[in-house]
Amino acid sequence: MADVKKIKKVRGRVPMPHQDAARRGTNFDEVALGYSRAQALLEADRCLQCKVPLCQKGCPVEIDIKGFIAALCDEDLHGAYDIIRKTNSLPAVCGRVCPQESQCEGMCILGKKHEPVAIGRLERYVADTFAAESACEDITDLDTCSLKREDLKVACIGAGPSSLTVAGYLAGRGIPVDVFEALHEPGGVLIYGIPEFRLPKAVVGRELAGLKELGVNFKCNWVGGKTITIQDMFDDGYNAIFIGVGAGLPRFLNVSGENLVGVFSANEYLTRVNLGRAYEFPNYDTPAYKARRVAVLGAGNVAMDAARTALRMGAEEVSIVYRRSEDEMPARREEIEHAIEEGIKIRCLCGPSAFHGDNQGRLKALTVQKMALGEPDDSGRCSPVCLEGETEQFRCDMAIIAVGTRPNPILLEATPDLELNKWGYVTADPETGETSIPNVFAGGDIVTGAATVISAMGAGRKAAREIANRLL
Amino acid sequence: MGYTILKKQELIPGQTTMMVIDAPQVAKKAKPGNFVMLRVSENGERIPLTIADCDKENGTITIVYLVVGKTTAEMNTLPQGGEILDVCGPLGKATHIERSGTVVCVGGGTGIAAMHHIAKGHVEAGNRVIAIVGARSKNLLLFCSELSSFCPELRIATDDGTEGHKGFVTEVLKDILDTEDEVAEVVAIGPVPMMEAVCKVTEPYGVKTTVSLNSIMVDGIGMCGACRCTVDGKTLFACVDGPEFDGHKVDFTELKTRLWQFKEQEQESMKLFSKECQCNG
Ligand SMILES: Cc1cc2nc3c(=O)[nH]c(=O)nc-3n(C[C@H](O)[C@H](O)[C@H](O)COP(=O)(O)OP(=O)(O)OC[C@H]3O[C@@H](n4cnc5c(N)ncnc54)[C@H](O)[C@@H]3O)c2cc1C
Ligand SMILES: Cc1cc2nc3c(=O)[nH]c(=O)nc-3n(C[C@H](O)[C@H](O)[C@H](O)COP(=O)(O)OP(=O)(O)OC[C@H]3O[C@@H](n4cnc5c(N)ncnc54)[C@H](O)[C@@H]3O)c2cc1C
Ligand code: SF4
Ligand code: SF4
Ligand code: FES
Repeated sequence: MADVKKIKKVRGRVPMPHQDAARRGTNFDEVALGYSRAQALLEADRCLQCKVPLCQKGCPVEIDIKGFIAALCDEDLHGAYDIIRKTNSLPAVCGRVCPQESQCEGMCILGKKHEPVAIGRLERYVADTFAAESACEDITDLDTCSLKREDLKVACIGAGPSSLTVAGYLAGRGIPVDVFEALHEPGGVLIYGIPEFRLPKAVVGRELAGLKELGVNFKCNWVGGKTITIQDMFDDGYNAIFIGVGAGLPRFLNVSGENLVGVFSANEYLTRVNLGRAYEFPNYDTPAYKARRVAVLGAGNVAMDAARTALRMGAEEVSIVYRRSEDEMPARREEIEHAIEEGIKIRCLCGPSAFHGDNQGRLKALTVQKMALGEPDDSGRCSPVCLEGETEQFRCDMAIIAVGTRPNPILLEATPDLELNKWGYVTADPETGETSIPNVFAGGDIVTGAATVISAMGAGRKAAREIANRLL
Repeated sequence: MGYTILKKQELIPGQTTMMVIDAPQVAKKAKPGNFVMLRVSENGERIPLTIADCDKENGTITIVYLVVGKTTAEMNTLPQGGEILDVCGPLGKATHIERSGTVVCVGGGTGIAAMHHIAKGHVEAGNRVIAIVGARSKNLLLFCSELSSFCPELRIATDDGTEGHKGFVTEVLKDILDTEDEVAEVVAIGPVPMMEAVCKVTEPYGVKTTVSLNSIMVDGIGMCGACRCTVDGKTLFACVDGPEFDGHKVDFTELKTRLWQFKEQEQESMKLFSKECQCNG
């Protein structure tokens, strides 16, 4: 109660400095610039240091948020960083991409009447500033175990946030970890999906370097289920295996004209631009399709990223085409706002019904079916209903489909013993992460379906704890 | 930390090259029909190439490529003993090989190399293999001696008649279908128009025809859909559902259109690369 009373005299949160909206549509530099020291201290001071800090419950890895903010207020950056790193091995990433409004900040007591403490921004400040001020060994000193257990080894398949968390946790306890990644760079969605202007590769690179310093061994170009199977890994002496292969298989819409030239999955478009660095074509060889009018189908984070990327790649007009209304959009609020600021159009209550091509098989237009909002569905969002006969056609020369993904198939097909649920995701014990195969664990999007970085990390943490308990 | 090129041989100078690459983990698992994704250098693009042969004991794979654009041209500048930055595989579903009787394997252009690995697999499975290889001219024929080392029935077709039958592989194929009692399967690998023509020839005979689709790929592990193609009215991903499909059900027109998606940029890349090459001598 006492906490609630205090709220009355609270200041609003310190705004985040941003790159100018007009200019940023033409470059891939980071949009949110980060707090200065003064801004961070001012924002940290807004925290009430609640007796029962609800914020911590909202964080999937249960960071001691109150504790790190207190350390920050005392200007003890090292202390603040240590507290965060105790439960989160990728703080600079999470501070940037977590959907804070539905996690930590969504629970912050201040949010009941005012704006919640900007926890994500503070976390980012601590991680970035610590990295800038300290030598690399400072980062890795943390949690390192002097006793290397050369007799043990653990394999992770896939190098996304779930596996990275497992690797960091175990390596910090002296257990050697090999991470097998199919692509040529580790990082998972952090590298091939989320664009540079939202999560600079240098930030991910810094976190990966920290893991390498800890002794994590990355084996790129190794495809689990093809280059090496789970049985091969046990035969090679791995004591436990963690599966973190993600849910990257793109869904398509199943409407006519979908295979026309100019229609892409968001994964293809973003992979070309991010992993392939197509924004630096022709210095980098991977091209991205050139288009003037772009329609992005879907309204999640992936759709926002695709739309904002297309804008930066030179499109004149980019619109988000979504079946429901703006309120139902699943993307982080901040991403939607940034997209609109940058000039991206929102066409709500429109469901794609056909793509049309020219005589060379290139996309030239899209027909949409008009929708209205109906009753709320299982997800609690209002479901769209077709307005019979009401369609609209508009010109576009590129369409990017961002309507969700399914589990990555290769490893699952090669491991028939692995039990899957009815949607094709891996069944794992919610407490330990163990699958139907003993000592094989799984977590992240391959278990839950497309979710968030931090929930993948939370799952990785649980599995790692269980693996460590068994092995040590 | 790349993959060493143990042997490089220009089969047709400036045009088609064979490389033997040190990649033990790929060789260990490679089967006929599989491919690798490779990237030549830090700024390079990932491209798919068929595993034309593998030596499990020595841990090597063989690739044969046609120089068509920037990546393959850059690869051609690498010396024997040099390195390819990334080699990932083996990918794709292996060729379905079972003892079935007589199998006709048709290869055109660089596809002959890929076909050779599959033909070998069929021979090993106890099938009678008739191989047909085709090229524009005698000096563009590939892998004939390798093929004849395990496959006694080798037919050749050249457009200009400088070797074997004067004309197309499809004519030789039709002849075989007319004279042989029973052909269990036809496998065709080569340029898209050739595969399409082969399917047209076999269709009236009702002979199962397998083709290997060379759609544009990005990741090669089923995460992007760049390689999607229409087979039997359904959208499938060539990299994980294929690359081999029932040729009678493939929408070749769509495949051909999709192969040209990036023509403009490919030409730009190549032009730039050729210029750099000239500047550097
Ligand atoms: C464009 C985009 C934007 C997003 N934005 C946000 C955001 O703002 N905030 C947020 O919290 N979440 C966001 N997400 C979701 C978040 O990125 C994912 O939930 C998270 O990355 C899942 O982590 P993961 O460890 O399960 O797998 P992933 O990150 O998917 O990584 C899986 C890795 O496994 C590899 N792999 C696959 N198959 C194999 C195999 N057989 N063998 C070896 N390796 C294999 C893949 O190449 C990949 O590197 C976004 C996702 C996308 C695509
Ligand atoms: C499963 C698979 C196996 C393959 N195996 C072989 C092989 O063993 N040997 C070989 O020489 N080639 C093979 N290819 C084709 C090879 O991947 C392309 O030739 C290569 O990507 C060209 O790259 P580039 O940068 O040199 O040329 P680019 O600049 O990318 O292309 C130049 C020209 O080649 C065409 N092209 C582009 N991509 C492809 C493609 N995937 N297939 C056919 N034409 C294309 C373009 O339309 C353009 O005209 C295979 C393709 C697939 C999908
Ligand atoms: S990790 Fe994410 S949810 Fe947890 S405190 Fe940080 S920003 Fe909030
Ligand atoms: S962040 Fe919010 S909930 Fe957490 S301790 Fe501070 S005021 Fe309380
Ligand atoms: S190449 Fe990406 S899905 Fe096949």
